[in-house]
Amino acid sequence: MTLAVEVIDVHKVFNAGHSQRVEALAAVDVMVGEGEFVSLIGPSGCGKSTLLRLVADLLEPTAGRIAVNGKTPRQARLDQDYGMAFQQAGLFDWRTVAKNIELPLELKGWDKAKRRDRALEMLELVKLPDRADAMPWQLSGGQQQRIAIARALASHPSLLLMDEPFGALDEMTREHMQAELLRICAATKTTVIFVTHSIPEAVYLSDRVVVMSAGPGRITSIVSVGLDRSRDEGTREAKQFYDKITEVREALRGNPVGAGRDDR
Amino acid sequence: MNKQVVNKQVVNKQVVKSRSLRPLVFGVLALALLLAAWESYRNWIGPWLGTERNVGTVFGFKLLPRANDLAMPSVFDMAREFGEPQTRGSATSVVEVVAEATLNSLLLALAALAVGVLVGISAAIVMTRFDFVRRGLMPWLVISQTIPLIALAPLTVTWGGQISILGFEWEKWTSAVVLGAFLSFFPIAVGALRGFSSPTSESLELMDSYAASWWSTWRKLRLPAALAYLTPAMRLAASAAVFGVIVSEITVGLTDGVGFLILSYLQEGTSRPAKVYTAIAGTVVLGLAMASLISLGDRYFARHLPKETTA
Amino acid sequence: MVFGVVFLGAWEVFVRWQHVRPFVLAPPSKVWAAGANNLEGIVDAMKVSGGNALLGLLFGTVLGCLVALFTAAVRWIGEIVNPLAIAVNAIPIVVLVAIFTRMYEADSETPRRIMTTLTAFFVVFINVSRGLRENSATHNELMQSYAATTRQKFLKLRLPNASSFLFTGIRVAAPLTVITAIVAEYFGGNRNGLGASISGFFSISKKDVGLAYVAGASVLGLLFFLLAAVLEYVSVPWQRRRVSK
Repeated sequence: MTLAVEVIDVHKVFNAGHSQRVEALAAVDVMVGEGEFVSLIGPSGCGKSTLLRLVADLLEPTAGRIAVNGKTPRQARLDQDYGMAFQQAGLFDWRTVAKNIELPLELKGWDKAKRRDRALEMLELVKLPDRADAMPWQLSGGQQQRIAIARALASHPSLLLMDEPFGALDEMTREHMQAELLRICAATKTTVIFVTHSIPEAVYLSDRVVVMSAGPGRITSIVSVGLDRSRDEGTREAKQFYDKITEVREALRGNPVGAGRDDR
Repeated sequence: MNKQVVNKQVVNKQVVKSRSLRPLVFGVLALALLLAAWESYRNWIGPWLGTERNVGTVFGFKLLPRANDLAMPSVFDMAREFGEPQTRGSATSVVEVVAEATLNSLLLALAALAVGVLVGISAAIVMTRFDFVRRGLMPWLVISQTIPLIALAPLTVTWGGQISILGFEWEKWTSAVVLGAFLSFFPIAVGALRGFSSPTSESLELMDSYAASWWSTWRKLRLPAALAYLTPAMRLAASAAVFGVIVSEITVGLTDGVGFLILSYLQEGTSRPAKVYTAIAGTVVLGLAMASLISLGDRYFARHLPKETTA
Repeated sequence: MVFGVVFLGAWEVFVRWQHVRPFVLAPPSKVWAAGANNLEGIVDAMKVSGGNALLGLLFGTVLGCLVALFTAAVRWIGEIVNPLAIAVNAIPIVVLVAIFTRMYEADSETPRRIMTTLTAFFVVFINVSRGLRENSATHNELMQSYAATTRQKFLKLRLPNASSFLFTGIRVAAPLTVITAIVAEYFGGNRNGLGASISGFFSISKKDVGLAYVAGASVLGLLFFLLAAVLEYVSVPWQRRRVSK
């Protein structure tokens, strides 16, 4: 399996040399294969968002190496190899829904007709085909996040980076969005790195769950979920689902079951 | 936990110190640039454009000021004026007169602010307590911020020495304080009202669950919550008080105040053109003094609060 | 509303009952009559003061935007203007009209227009600068993830974001220019504006006429505010959700 993302022995220190020095990540190793859905989960301060931003080249590692599609993160960002979604949808209030989706395409210099077509295609994908000319403030939180995801996938990147995108939504909407996300990613065959606080969310969505601990941020263990790819209503109530949730929970408590980095 | 808070305060103080010098330096630089522009216009640019006698035109509009000694005295003349005697042969110098007038106006502005704050907060309390009062007064409070209340300033021109309310003689300075208080009342009332209404319903329900009286709730919940809103409101109110006092001095003719001094020095324009600038300097000092007092008060009372809410 | 009616009623009753002498205050009925009688004069005065305010608003807005844009490119311009803006908030700068009065001819409206321009300029400058500076963290990270050039980021994020602050600034500045225009007239000069008329009538104890002119000034201020508020509402629809400043 080719590797979409390689994180090798990465350290990240903020404010080095100052009194407020923080060691956000220490000796982190992760490999993400093409088409995999990997979640990062852990308590506050474990560095999961930092790790995501290192992959996105929004931050630079203090030590270690990261490869995205075989390139440096900087090159991957310049080549627009990934799309990113944040906890806030971050849509531009002054643009229509369609124009918001077109934003990354505009920046890459696509021509008008192609942009419009792609935007409409993405709207179909996220099941909001008739809201192309609506304004963001007319949409609900869940709908705005769907547009943000549509925007992240607009240029058909091979990698999707998501930082707790469903964090601000209520439970019902959340579960619905999770199913939608899986459907979309299956259709586009995108690799996904997904940061979350929620154990059920991580287990439901992922092929593997990377469990992290704080002080400094490290990987405690990596849990293989191995659920059947075709998830449906029943998946959330299957025994295997609960077992995996328990496994992740135990790992979070510091009792890792199975393979993973051991560090204490 | 305590250690964190202490560290934060230490850090904040350090940051504040170095940050507060920079705007001061640039402020002085800005002033210096203005003075330089003034001098270069009156000495070189003006004469070069031919505006020594008459107002120059730009695209047919009379926009360029006259660049002679009467219209634009030099900065050095302005500075020198401070040391000159008040009137020919008078014992007091201009700087003494201006300083005293500035002090008088400052006292009036402070009094005006005090009254405005008192009445404003009281009104806000009443409006918070009695909803029908709030509904009745609220639109007027909102409208007051859009209409030029200052237009009422000359109303009190003929009141001086003629009215007595409950045995209190209406002096000229009363007009200044009343106008200043009137203008500062509105931002305070609006800010205090917003602040008193700011606690979430959850917090209010919490107080209810303690069977707290309305006054206890006000004292322990609403009032502290309002402090964040009162800070920007106080700034607005302070400048409104200064504004009201100055304008009142001009329209009513309150000779003790620095606002009146501007007008009277303006009328000496032909004989001593630079004099009016001393009074203007006094006014600037007045405004800055009020603002500094408010900032000091804010820093003392609201030390522990997070960053202020915009009004 | 009810309060307003009650207030007017109380005012009328108070003046009549107390036999308040005419040089102190006038009852609303007399003010209304005076207004009707002097309508043409009031409207003319409104035009003069309003014209000064409007010109100041226009020029001040344009200048404020320009300087704010320059500040985005060249930091130190903003560092020089900012302390001035802070000082201007504390000081009644309208007194500067005394300086300008002698720089121009005796019957010129220019000093007043300079004052209103300055008033609007500082308000708009502060607002637009903030708009250019304050972009949400999510928006900034998003643009960074797109490897957007500085120019792209400016055109597609900072500028549109600032436009909402611009219209808020205009809404705040509009009533202030009216106030400045009126107060500037207290310092001498032409006698045909609202400020001059008001002080004139009040000093000769014609309170009813004076108050009628005050009503005219209020209408002018309200008009400016409403126009600016409507402009803001139309141009920045997404702010309808946010709390107004």
